[in-house]
Amino acid sequence: MSALPAAVPMNWYLALSAIVFTIGVVGVLVRRNALVIFMSIELMLNAANLAFVTFSRFLNTLDGQIFVFFVMTVAAAEVAIGLAIIVNVFRLKETVYVDEVNQLKG
Amino acid sequence: MTTFLFLAFAALLTGCSLMVVLQRNPVTSALWLVLGFCSLAGIYLLLQAEFLAMVQVIVYAGAIMVLFLFVIMYLNLKHDIEDGLHHHARRIVGWTLGALLVIEGVMLMRRGWALGPTALESPNGVWGNTAAIGRVLFSRYLFPFEVLSILLLVAMVGAILVSRGTRPEGSGR
Repeated sequence: MSALPAAVPMNWYLALSAIVFTIGVVGVLVRRNALVIFMSIELMLNAANLAFVTFSRFLNTLDGQIFVFFVMTVAAAEVAIGLAIIVNVFRLKETVYVDEVNQLKG
Repeated sequence: MTTFLFLAFAALLTGCSLMVVLQRNPVTSALWLVLGFCSLAGIYLLLQAEFLAMVQVIVYAGAIMVLFLFVIMYLNLKHDIEDGLHHHARRIVGWTLGALLVIEGVMLMRRGWALGPTALESPNGVWGNTAAIGRVLFSRYLFPFEVLSILLLVAMVGAILVSRGTRPEGSGR
């Protein structure tokens, strides 16, 4: 990590992060396939990671990168559990579409 | 040069993210996501986070996406070609909320960011990024790091328990 001034302003990175996060949110909202919803969640996590790394770079500290490391670990755990649940749901209901899984509806 | 690279990676990442959401076939979505993660790793390199760029490629584009593809193909979805964004009401609501979020982001972007005093992590910039991260990880963040290992253990046990599923009555084991 050097303290050189960056060629690209910080706002650009943050804007990119916001764009990717938004795309992830739209994906969660409009898609019905649980697997694609999961991928959209991954997109959101990565957008947050990008913001972490950006601030880490521009504040010249490493804490942001450590947090990204943690987020990646949590994402891996989340994917393992989530995919296990999806596999289980598919065994029970023969579908991965979230609007056909409505047994818990009151 | 950096600006050009940033713009190229940013365009690639945005395009890949859009394709993830817009593709109908989950396998295609997953492959676009892999490409998107790789371009994000490029952006990490531009931000001088070399260690994270490598971890991004290995863990995200490698391990996590392989897990995704494995599950998609394991499920062997017969009618997996969902009609994309066909539901009319869902589509309108989704895009409206997304547009609202974009507007919110733009309004946030228009404000200046006050950074405050910056800490100097590497006195003369001689540490490599990986060595520096290791130093911080095993000193200031040692306890969270250990807790993380417990989290992974719990996730592993949980995934095995959940995916083992329920056996039919009397099937024995």
